Amino acid sequence: MNRFLIPLGVFALLVIVLGVGIKHSPELGIIKSPLLGKPAPEFTLPNLTSPGAVVKSTDLHGRWYVFNVWGTWCGGCRQEHSTLLDIKRAGVVPIIGMDWRDTDSEALSMLDQLGNPYETIAVDKDGHEAVDWGVYGAPETFLVNDKGIIVYKYVGPLTPQAWEKEFLPRLPQRQAGTAGAPAKS
Amino acid sequence: MLPELGHFALILALLLAGLQAFFGIVGPMAGRDRWTAAVTPAVAGQFVMIGTAVGCLIYSFVSNDFSVLYVAENSNSALPLFYRVTALWGAHEGSLLLWIFLLSCWTVAVSIGVTRLPQRFGARVLGVLGIVSFGFLLFTLATSNPFSRLDPPAPDGRDLNPILQDPALAIHPPILYTGYVGFAVAFAFACAAMLEGRLDQHWARWTRPWTTAAWAFLSCGIALGSWWAYYELGWGGYWFWDPVENASFMPWLVGTALIHSLAVTDKRGLFKSWTLLLAILAFSLSLLGTFLVRSGVLVSVHSFAADPTRGIFILCFLVVMIGGALSLYAWRAPLLKSQAGFDLSARESFLLFNNILLVVAAATVFAGTLAPLIATTLGLGTLSVGAPYFNPTFMLSMLPLCALLGIGIHANWKRGRLGEKSRVLLTTLVIAIALACLISFAIYSHGKILTPVGATLGVWIILTSLVDPIDRVRRKLSLSRSVVGMTVAHIGLGLFVLALTTVESFTTEHDVSLAKGAATAVGPYEFRFEGVKSIEGPNYEGVTGTVRVSRNGTPLTVLYPEKRKYDVQRQVTTEAAIEMHYGSNLLVAMGEDLGAGKWSIRIQVRPLVNLVWLAAFIMAVGGGISLTDRRYRLTRSAAEEGAATVGSTTVTGERAG
Repeated sequence: MNRFLIPLGVFALLVIVLGVGIKHSPELGIIKSPLLGKPAPEFTLPNLTSPGAVVKSTDLHGRWYVFNVWGTWCGGCRQEHSTLLDIKRAGVVPIIGMDWRDTDSEALSMLDQLGNPYETIAVDKDGHEAVDWGVYGAPETFLVNDKGIIVYKYVGPLTPQAWEKEFLPRLPQRQAGTAGAPAKS
Repeated sequence: MLPELGHFALILALLLAGLQAFFGIVGPMAGRDRWTAAVTPAVAGQFVMIGTAVGCLIYSFVSNDFSVLYVAENSNSALPLFYRVTALWGAHEGSLLLWIFLLSCWTVAVSIGVTRLPQRFGARVLGVLGIVSFGFLLFTLATSNPFSRLDPPAPDGRDLNPILQDPALAIHPPILYTGYVGFAVAFAFACAAMLEGRLDQHWARWTRPWTTAAWAFLSCGIALGSWWAYYELGWGGYWFWDPVENASFMPWLVGTALIHSLAVTDKRGLFKSWTLLLAILAFSLSLLGTFLVRSGVLVSVHSFAADPTRGIFILCFLVVMIGGALSLYAWRAPLLKSQAGFDLSARESFLLFNNILLVVAAATVFAGTLAPLIATTLGLGTLSVGAPYFNPTFMLSMLPLCALLGIGIHANWKRGRLGEKSRVLLTTLVIAIALACLISFAIYSHGKILTPVGATLGVWIILTSLVDPIDRVRRKLSLSRSVVGMTVAHIGLGLFVLALTTVESFTTEHDVSLAKGAATAVGPYEFRFEGVKSIEGPNYEGVTGTVRVSRNGTPLTVLYPEKRKYDVQRQVTTEAAIEMHYGSNLLVAMGEDLGAGKWSIRIQVRPLVNLVWLAAFIMAVGGGISLTDRRYRLTRSAAEEGAATVGSTTVTGERAG
């Protein structure tokens, strides 16, 4: 036995440990946001569908909701639109939309054509509110719990797979279990 | 356009790194001198390309180009210009680019240095560095492209992480990385020697200045990081045994061992295979540090966003580089023979102990750092390892090291002849104990069991280091730069031990809740809280408290600790107020607003803590002085007298820039 092989052997063991470590590494694939686990930003913004009214974040307190940042100029948003409509149909959790850097008339006509998956839609014309949410590209979708804490953030067009794998398991049992059952099967 | 140019330059750099590696390794093997000659142009070309890429990214930051994802995530139009430049290394992608840039700087310096060495050997060194560079460029391009575009562009950036908006942290990564990356040079020299199949004393002499330079940078980098943690993280600690800190500390410990074992190989032709192993280990630990920080296997306050694919890539790279080098070692090291023997009391023995103790220290740090990971792997649940493990185990090897240092530097090579020095050693020991008692019991009236021990060791190291140089100066003998450098570095260590002992023994700390106008006493100091007022900065808002400090009843100073809330990232940072008085650092940090004008406030009095960092810089300066020794820049003719085939190095003053 060549004693100069010992370092190589020790290194091989280390590689095994590190390899297993990667497999177990926490939070596989989540896109990190400094806002995860933090309270959702408070806002008061114009309401898209009823002119003159406002959408207030305080009105959303006490229940789970999905916060979706979109715009008509964004291709990925059209792509995820059918998924959002499916989620609305399943009725598990309301979707609050934020129309980001957009013109109201175009947004309304898009919803007329494709259908409206949102419970309410806030308008962020100059993009200031999006900065508070740490948005750097539409579409982005947040899951906010009943205590107003952001529990998950998804970047890019939302897919049915991502919805089932990442969003549904995070929702409380009561909501996901009853209304969410058809979506899972 | 510019981001694409930068991206393209990186791809060209990757190709050039491949050529550099191929010609550098295969050229000498196949005996093709024209291939070998192509290595240096590849090095130069790669440097230009990487420089271009760095320039493009800096331009994107300075011009607020938020169509670049990395810029949008790490900068903001309200961010001051200085931080827009340093935001380059504010996150994973850019800091990787910095890593690569510094490696190419070192490589250029090496390519100039090795012109005085045998051509084939030089080509092999550059070839190995080419492999390292190729791996990192591939990593960047495949998993972490800093030039990725964002479509549509963000209206404004997400801002640089507020805790990185600080001058010390702005310069900390480049210096730390220069040290980290510098060990690649020692690694390349070791691999080249093993590829060549011969390793003589000249090899050690060529390697020494590069290793010392890397070590000096690493020392400064670690000290800066610790200093930053002390005043920016806000809670008055200066070393947390955090995985990321350990990742930089392990290469430092092994690098220190390498410096000493290279001295033995250089002067006496001994420890050859051991020196090779240390050279491989020092760089392997740097790579491992990179892996730990960026793969997300360990959770740390400093870690980058976790990404398992990156982890897998680095792991494969580790297997290729370290596995390859260790295989080469298993094959070649048995051929190395050391002829000469030495006495137990000879300097060689002491340096052997030095090496063993330093490697043991590195191993204990390694074990503590990886223990949580191993526990997960074996399914033992989660485990966290902190100061209660690290402090005692680390001291277990450091105390004997400090004690032996004082004797070892007085031992002669081959035969110790310590008998002649015993009177001097005994005298210094007595003085050291007397001074230590003075410090422990007269200046600071209380202490712990280890206080006199630590103080004695610190003073002892300083005194014994000074004995020989003073003696030589008195007898009007010349002092070589390497002896001066060694002495300065050892004095630095002595001061460090002394400072650490004082800080750990005599720090007083109080967490209190104070209403406006209330006061609390800490030792001779009285801290009176006079309320808070709000402030506004360029990209943050916050509150500043006013704390009036008096010492033995006479007013001393007023401190203004801050709590800042950064607009974009909504992160709160604690800006402790720190001032040095009578050798002690007074620190006041604001905690939480407890309502009704009451705040929780941390007050800390740390004696001599500034000396901890100063001592680390003194060590680095010692390394810098020894670099300028004449031995490392002998002219070609002088070196050729010694060995026909051997040139010499001209490494003075070359630094990675």
